[in-house]
Amino acid sequence: MREIHDIHGGIHPPERKTLSRPGELRDAALPARLVLPLRQHLGVPAKAIVEVGDAVLGGQVLAQAQGVMSVPVHAPTSGTISAIESRPIAHASGLEDTCIVLETDGADESIRCEGIPEWQTIAPSLLVERIREAGIAGMGGAGFPTAVKLNPGATKPIDTLMINGTECEPYITADDTLMQCQADALVEGAKILAYVVGAERVVIGIEDNKPAAISRVTAAVQNAGADIEVASFPTKYPSGGEKQFIEILTGQQVPSGGIPADIGLVCVNPGTAVAAKEAIVDGKPLTHRIVTLTGEALGKPGNVTACIGTPIAHLLGDASLSAEERQRIIHGGPMMGFAVSDLDAPITKITNCLLAPTARELPPPAPAKPCIRCGHCAEACPASLLPQQLYWYARAKDHEQLSEHRLLDCIECGACAYVCPSQIPLVQYYRAAKGQMRDSEQEKRRSDNSRERFEARQTRLEAEALAKEAKRAARKAAAQEKAAQDGVDPIQAAIERAQARKIEQGETP
Amino acid sequence: MSLLRVTSPHVSGQHQVSAVMRDVLFATLPGIIILTWFFGPGTLINILLGALVALITEYAVTALRGQNPRIAVSDLSILVTSTLLCIALPPYAPWWLIVLGVVMAVLLGKHVFGGLGYNPFNPAMVGYVVLLISFPVQMSSWATPRGLAEVPGLLDTLRHLFLPDTIDGVTAATPLDLLRQNTGLLFNDLIASRPELTGWGGVGWFEVNLAFLAGGAWLLYRRIFTWHAPLAMLAALGLCALIGYDGGSSESGGSALFHLFSGATMFAAFFIITDPVSSAVSNKGRLIFGALIGLLIYLIRTLGNYPDAVAFAVLILNFCAPFIDHYTQPAVYGTRSND
Repeated sequence: MREIHDIHGGIHPPERKTLSRPGELRDAALPARLVLPLRQHLGVPAKAIVEVGDAVLGGQVLAQAQGVMSVPVHAPTSGTISAIESRPIAHASGLEDTCIVLETDGADESIRCEGIPEWQTIAPSLLVERIREAGIAGMGGAGFPTAVKLNPGATKPIDTLMINGTECEPYITADDTLMQCQADALVEGAKILAYVVGAERVVIGIEDNKPAAISRVTAAVQNAGADIEVASFPTKYPSGGEKQFIEILTGQQVPSGGIPADIGLVCVNPGTAVAAKEAIVDGKPLTHRIVTLTGEALGKPGNVTACIGTPIAHLLGDASLSAEERQRIIHGGPMMGFAVSDLDAPITKITNCLLAPTARELPPPAPAKPCIRCGHCAEACPASLLPQQLYWYARAKDHEQLSEHRLLDCIECGACAYVCPSQIPLVQYYRAAKGQMRDSEQEKRRSDNSRERFEARQTRLEAEALAKEAKRAARKAAAQEKAAQDGVDPIQAAIERAQARKIEQGETP
Repeated sequence: MSLLRVTSPHVSGQHQVSAVMRDVLFATLPGIIILTWFFGPGTLINILLGALVALITEYAVTALRGQNPRIAVSDLSILVTSTLLCIALPPYAPWWLIVLGVVMAVLLGKHVFGGLGYNPFNPAMVGYVVLLISFPVQMSSWATPRGLAEVPGLLDTLRHLFLPDTIDGVTAATPLDLLRQNTGLLFNDLIASRPELTGWGGVGWFEVNLAFLAGGAWLLYRRIFTWHAPLAMLAALGLCALIGYDGGSSESGGSALFHLFSGATMFAAFFIITDPVSSAVSNKGRLIFGALIGLLIYLIRTLGNYPDAVAFAVLILNFCAPFIDHYTQPAVYGTRSND
């Protein structure tokens, strides 16, 4: 048995997971229109390679990856491209982004997929390429291009692959359902990823509030005869944060500012592992995902398999939303999710949950009171920060103290704000302060650059002036030398030459 | 339907500032009851008068400062300040002393710095020290405990509040006074020579300290504060007393039990130095904060001019809290080396 380590802090918010009945999975109805953002991952947006009016098939590439930090976008079903334009997307900023709009035809025809069931015979680098071409980006929420994660470089040998099935956010049961319904694919995917990164050990970690998922995955591991460990650990938020998950299962901490590969680990979401299996074994790109539709404002909550690009309004209608006058729709969970600003925005590769709570269920925040420095936040912080001090410095915009108190190690889990007796929106302060710090860092870099450019120009101009002066002095010296040699005063000679020319001109007309 | 846009987290816990303050007020009850039993209703009446003055002052000041006075009063923090101050004041102090002390605590202790959460010093201790320095006579006359004299009744107490010196025998030296004034007697002889000093901390005082310890333990159980500062303070005070016991000679600083269960020791450990606003913030910082207060209490009690030392020790360490914070930042995730 693996030794389970405790993390600092953490909280136990009401889980509310049974609301969406984990383990039951249905297909969402196909919408008339899919909206596919070109950037559903962290990094450079993909570039559209189809045009308006094109007829496309399911699985067809609609937009190509641009460089390493990018993944392609595929058509989830057959239909016609009706627009490539800026549209509302599900993002905390509420801004729009370029999307490909696909009018579905209902025939759901697909291109032929060719898988590699014998993937053990293929070089890992080719499999990584396949995973990139399948458009896979981390499905736990960050959307980091998986191919990049699987390729940490020769200087960082990988010893253990970790599948993070914690799903510690309240309400969400998408990973739980995936582990229950697709345990065999998960195990196959884990084997593929372990082979790709060259990991000797594989561990699937699941919080102990998901007994069904634990037993299904354990059974799937035994059926496959795989050398994979299934570890369960006590339920606590935010155990599913990548760094926290790693400390719980290994006792090691990812160095500040570093990545798990620095300590020989690669950590992926179960959904990502299943997507990798489908990409390699079945040859299918990432076009669908499991989304939890939950909250007391929904008549039919549950987990659905939906086309990526399905508008949020369509899914909420599918789950019978009875909206209140001021309805909050949360993309993600109640701890870290953001409130959606437009229901026409589509779900993407990273959408694991849509939460439609009633106002009674999740009341709007009370007005903030003064901080009494009670320290509950410091006890709850999984990063061992001092949130009450960070709050103080964030309000004072004291960037020096903020970086000394390591604001950038904050994972924005919201545990501090959850326990705050004064209801201070602490995470909001930290996000704003981080933004300001990034801005002033950029500002500083810009001003450093222009100062350096100015100084370089100054030096160059001075050098040029000196060179000119030296040249002039040299010419003068040469002329004087020449005069001394010839015994003629050069000035006098020049005057005489000019007079001679004048006379000549006066006589010619 | 319109979409409600707020930032994460969308769910919040059950903690409330007013609930924290209410718990602290509840936890003072055992101590107040025992104080009332041994010294009469003086403290109780002081607390009620103090609360009234505190509410009026807080309401007026926040209104003048353009804040919402109802919200300011509803967090109950001002009642904690006034209650703690009034517990520390002599049970039969004149009414104006109470009023002055509470007004000073609210104004000088709290609002000149910006109100709740901004005060660098413990407001109750600010009020106490202002009174102690300005009115040493009134501040140093404590009551005689039950068993050694008759405890005044409610009417007598009320009359005394507004017409001082109408009750006989309400002023007596505290055990800590007696220890400080001791010259020449061995510690055990001193204890034997005075009836007030029977028991571990003196008549009444041992029970009062026990009651505040019980209230503090309940607050610890409720997780209102952590154990670090109180335990460090008690440990440091006990250790100093052990070292300074000197075998009970006439120069003895008193036994460890005497120091732990006499005067304001337990009250300070669980109700004064645990004020989060003016103390150190990290657990390590709170250990240092508490230990230094324990050390200072012992030093001032045995070497200083004042018989009890809590207020000065706390205020001095309030000064040091930011300095302690600077050197006791906890190790953040990812900064420790993996072995």
